[in-house]
Amino acid sequence: MKNHVWRPLFIVLAIVGAILVARTVLVPNDFGIYERGYMYGWHRKSNEAEWKAFKVKYKTAKGCVECHKVEYNAIMNSGHASISCENCHGPSYDHPNDPIGLNIDRSRSLCIRCHSYMPYKGNVRGKIPGIDPEKHYTQAQCVMCHIPHNPKPMNQKQEVKS
Amino acid sequence: MNRRDFCKKAMVAAGGVLIPLAALEVFNPKRLRAERDGKGKVRWVFLVDIHKCVGCGFCVKACKVENEVPYDANVTRTWVERYVVTKDGQTLIDSPKGARDGFTSQKIDQAAMGLKEVKPENIAKAFFVPKLCNQCENPACVQVCPVGATYQTEEGVVLVDRTWCIGCGYCVMGCPYGVRFFHPVYHVAEKCTFCYHRLCKGMKTACVDACPFGARLVGNIRDPEDPVTKIITSEQVNVLKEEFGTKPQVFYLGLSREVK
Amino acid sequence: MVHGEAWTLKEFFVYPNEYIYWSIQIVMYPYMTGLVAGAFVLSSLYHVFGVKQLKEIARFALVFSLALLPVAMMPLMLHLQQPQRGIYVMMTPHFTSAIAAFGIVFTTYSMIVLSEIWFVYREFIVQTILELRAKSRLSTIESAQLILYRILAMGAMDISPEALHKDVRAVSIMAGIGIPVACFLHGYAGFIFGSVKANALWMTPLMPVIFICSAVVSGIALCMATYIVTMEIRKLIYAWKRKNDPRLPSNDELKSAEIQTVTMTAKYLLMFMVLAITLELLDLIFRNYTAVKSWDILRSVIYEKDFFKIFVLQYGFGNVLPFVMFMIPGLTIRRALVGSLLVLMGVFMMRWNVVIGGQAFSASFSGFMEYHLPIWPSTVELFKEGLFGALAVIITPFVLFFLVTRILPVFGIKDSH
Repeated sequence: MKNHVWRPLFIVLAIVGAILVARTVLVPNDFGIYERGYMYGWHRKSNEAEWKAFKVKYKTAKGCVECHKVEYNAIMNSGHASISCENCHGPSYDHPNDPIGLNIDRSRSLCIRCHSYMPYKGNVRGKIPGIDPEKHYTQAQCVMCHIPHNPKPMNQKQEVKS
Repeated sequence: MNRRDFCKKAMVAAGGVLIPLAALEVFNPKRLRAERDGKGKVRWVFLVDIHKCVGCGFCVKACKVENEVPYDANVTRTWVERYVVTKDGQTLIDSPKGARDGFTSQKIDQAAMGLKEVKPENIAKAFFVPKLCNQCENPACVQVCPVGATYQTEEGVVLVDRTWCIGCGYCVMGCPYGVRFFHPVYHVAEKCTFCYHRLCKGMKTACVDACPFGARLVGNIRDPEDPVTKIITSEQVNVLKEEFGTKPQVFYLGLSREVK
Repeated sequence: MVHGEAWTLKEFFVYPNEYIYWSIQIVMYPYMTGLVAGAFVLSSLYHVFGVKQLKEIARFALVFSLALLPVAMMPLMLHLQQPQRGIYVMMTPHFTSAIAAFGIVFTTYSMIVLSEIWFVYREFIVQTILELRAKSRLSTIESAQLILYRILAMGAMDISPEALHKDVRAVSIMAGIGIPVACFLHGYAGFIFGSVKANALWMTPLMPVIFICSAVVSGIALCMATYIVTMEIRKLIYAWKRKNDPRLPSNDELKSAEIQTVTMTAKYLLMFMVLAITLELLDLIFRNYTAVKSWDILRSVIYEKDFFKIFVLQYGFGNVLPFVMFMIPGLTIRRALVGSLLVLMGVFMMRWNVVIGGQAFSASFSGFMEYHLPIWPSTVELFKEGLFGALAVIITPFVLFFLVTRILPVFGIKDSH
């Protein structure tokens, strides 16, 4: 090593070597190029399984009919048939084990999602019967007069009469 | 050999050993030529029917709960936009809280510019457009990730590895559709995953299950019997921002020219 | 508040997830790397192209380039949501992304600058070691210094004319290799923006070239300004010290900022300024002329919302005014200083107008986002991505420069230069 000029180069090589050694420690073994190639598939493969194992919260209405036949049949014969039970009652998680009971949302904010009237001709929203939430019985909960599982106008009048 | 020569040779040998084969992995040509066109049996695609959406926002609420995106945070994996086109040619667009609570006011939310009232007789047309990650065939967001934290699975779903993302935000800037954001709790990039954890169990996505009007559908484009595939291949569908070349896989029925 | 919500004000329709994600630190990052690249190019004008009048400022610029290097990392560390994972860019680089180039380019560039400095200062280091060794008794500081310099020498103690000649050659080679690497260090930053097709303002092939040219401009201006200020401070310090010790050199003996050095540097500054402004105006003219879909919203941003920042601050005070100031014959030191400070402001505004300006409009082309720089750091996030974080980044290179010059002085030393 008579020529001192090369000394910095050895330091550089040592640093590069250190980085490559660090790589073996820090980078997970299954990190690599997968099905979608280098541009779109460069990742840690085990992450896919981690996402697949993510907890499912909503189980769909199919699981509800077994125990809740009355409400299920009522709603299925009404204008609200297409609304999933979990939309208003929240995700079932592991119901009936955990949680034991699901939430019954009685707030106005739930109903005015669809029933705040929008004058949009040519759009389905304009065809949904609705009210002006700032004018229509603003202090009351909708469910005081309207039955969510069977929201025919007849029910409303009957409720009010009784 | 003398000491000097031995040191020299030892350094060269050590240098060679220090380069682990894993470092050369990147340059393996066979892996690089991985099948791009995909011969897999599943490629998830989405269908949105704009004629059917009423802006109830149940999809947004369900998505937030299912995917644990903090409910009150002003970010969301999916959202619904309202378009009100007036008779004098103005297009007003809003998406209050991403339509998490639906659209409950006729006044259009213009953010810092306030609420804009439009008289009903002045409305030429109005409609609602649900939006979500397009799980593009050429995802620009994946291309720009510097560390390989975001990637695309064989089924076409683009995911983010929460343990590897450095939070640079390049993918957020790289998405033409504004679909990505930083998760307020994990502080890494976040986006719609087509409820990958539900799809692989044979379920539908949370937003598809929640939609009472059938405006959202998810399906497998590689299955010719899939109802979604049948609609996409036989009816007049469109996609968002095709000019970017990302090849989005969310198809729209009734996509009007005003949609951004 | 989600990241970006605190400093973003939305107008009209902006996608729900859109905020100004790349804020002040992303403005600082290209600015600092630009200064690094520019300082290095200035230094190389002497070491490679032998522009003799730049000899004094060349050493200065090289050491400043070194002081700026760790500071280039700072804005990134402050911006990343997971800064402790920053090293992953070197562990699993995804080279389809421009940011992945950072790891390799930055490391290469640091190695080149450090090597070049070693070769430039080797004679000084060896002489200092010999002087310290010759002393019979060393104070604690001097013993520490001796150890430090011995480490820096790396055992290369030969200061014969042949060895020194080898050093000079090595410096030229390092400086020569370093110029393209310095250009790459900043060109890739321009590529980061220019390749984002999702952003209508950033997407242009001219971006890397514009960034490189304005980087060189800012680097030269910074070195000129710091050089002038440092020279004047030296005179003041010695004037104060001379009161106690009249044997110290007088103002005439202390070489003040030579007007020839400054004039020559200013010439190069002007050349690169012309290049930078030409490209920027070309970009604007083309956008105006072709008027594609994004032009409506870009026009609102460029000619209305950001008019003052672009045309008055950046082009006016930051380009035209210093240009005129440098062109007027009979350049004085004071005029050069003011001119270079204005140029530095202009280049900063250019970074601001690109980074923040590119996020001033929504990708929906139907709304705007106003950036409100957080002033008071009431939370960690508001410090990191606010005024105080930016100030920390600006101050650090000067602190580092001061510390480095305690070990590797920039004035009055004999070196293989």
